[in-house]
Amino acid sequence: MTWVNVVVQGVLLGGFYALLACGLSIMFGVMRIINLAHGDLAVLGAYLVWLLLAHLAVPPYVALVLVLPVMLAAGFILQVGILDRSLRSGVLTPLLSTFGLSVVIQNLLLIAFSPDVRSLGGSAGDFATASLRLSADLSVPVLGLAILATAVVIIGGLQLYLAGTRGGAAWRAASQDAEVAGLVGIDARTVYATATAVAVAIAAIGGVFLAIRSTFDPLSGPTQLIFAFEAVVIGGLGSVRGTLIGGIALGVAQAVGAQINPQYAVLAGHVVFLAVLVARRSAA
Amino acid sequence: MTLLRVESLEARHGLLAAVRGVSLTLDAGETLALVGANGAGKTTLLRTIAGAHAAASGRVLLDGADVTRLPSHRRVGLGIALVPEGRRLFPGLTVEENLRVAGTRARPGRWNLETLLEAFPLLRPLRRQPAGTLSGGQQQVAAIARALMSNPRVLLLDEVSLGLAPRAVEDVYASLAQVLGEGATILLVEQDLGRALNVASRVVCMLEGRTVLEGSSRELTRERVTEAYFGLRRAGAKA
Repeated sequence: MTWVNVVVQGVLLGGFYALLACGLSIMFGVMRIINLAHGDLAVLGAYLVWLLLAHLAVPPYVALVLVLPVMLAAGFILQVGILDRSLRSGVLTPLLSTFGLSVVIQNLLLIAFSPDVRSLGGSAGDFATASLRLSADLSVPVLGLAILATAVVIIGGLQLYLAGTRGGAAWRAASQDAEVAGLVGIDARTVYATATAVAVAIAAIGGVFLAIRSTFDPLSGPTQLIFAFEAVVIGGLGSVRGTLIGGIALGVAQAVGAQINPQYAVLAGHVVFLAVLVARRSAA
Repeated sequence: MTLLRVESLEARHGLLAAVRGVSLTLDAGETLALVGANGAGKTTLLRTIAGAHAAASGRVLLDGADVTRLPSHRRVGLGIALVPEGRRLFPGLTVEENLRVAGTRARPGRWNLETLLEAFPLLRPLRRQPAGTLSGGQQQVAAIARALMSNPRVLLLDEVSLGLAPRAVEDVYASLAQVLGEGATILLVEQDLGRALNVASRVVCMLEGRTVLEGSSRELTRERVTEAYFGLRRAGAKA
């Protein structure tokens, strides 16, 4: 039963990683941009929710709903103002631009909020600590289930949009050949800006869940980026559906590693990530 | 009635002037063939008219409206559609998805998914197939159908027979005959001189970025076009 418990906890943790990685996957899938500021944008979302909670007596989920339009707008402006210009200068420039953005966000957060560690867990009430007891040896956290469900709904919804609608086909068309997309009437710049807006908003959702289940500070972003990046690579670069599988694989690997020895948790995830890279290279 | 007018158009690839002061007109319902050797500037001219390549100077007018500075997706909405060289379908999208996305800015008109599948019956059994798995000829027919989805007023066709087996070329031109029968306005780049003279009502020959010969396909002989094609005759005058 212990191992069943380990796998269940790993799947729930994987839901969190998948949610965090989803936006990264969208940006790579649609624009071939590796957004090194993704983790920092997630943390920025958490800080905006924290800021609202300091002024409004609402649960973090309500505050998140208010923050989402702001993050959508921020993503849209980020694409139109910075990344579009970077894309015109080759594949390396967007990478450098997002690295610079990451540094800027971290330092602005340090100035605005100090290096203090914070959490939204207290604001979330019992929801953050409640669990469902399935048997004498197995109980699952409600928060973990909620995160996994959110990840499944978002990734499933994106998959349905991409595969089943003309708008989704336009996203895929613009990702395959932006010039020809223009020649058939698709405004690739609008597609890119919309995709980045959605990616940044989903990052904020991931950031708020991070802040509820754990702690965060202005420099938390890069650590989250590593896990998100590993989930994207394990699931297949740019595949939204694969990101869910990649996140769960990473979560289960970390949970199994932690069961063997708590020090092996993160290491086990990295090992699985490297094993997938080696396996893909061998298969190619 | 002049539908498309190109005035002193210039286009560059870096420092290289690929199109040098080209002017031409295309009447509604007319088929104009653009011929010339590789590197003559034909593809760049078509891409500049479609908005895929920026004009350095000059103007492109559609039905009197200046579209020179408009991005390609807005020109599609106004009625200019290009079938690019090499087909360039979206390989990961099915044939049907390739057609559907091209209807994003469709003008009102005869063509929609159903009428196109009727007009190009070879596409019907392939509609659920990823475009990247089609043969060259099938891809070319799908690319023409995709361009028609927007109900263009001017259809630009770039080297539709390039790299295709002779049988596939026949299939493509059989499909085109249907479009030509509809009285479409077409600007066609074609390497095959015989076919160009056969399909088009007028022929323009380009050499080193300039037009060097222009005339009715009934009046121009194959020899005369060939001379202009290789720069043996720099008449520049109308036939």
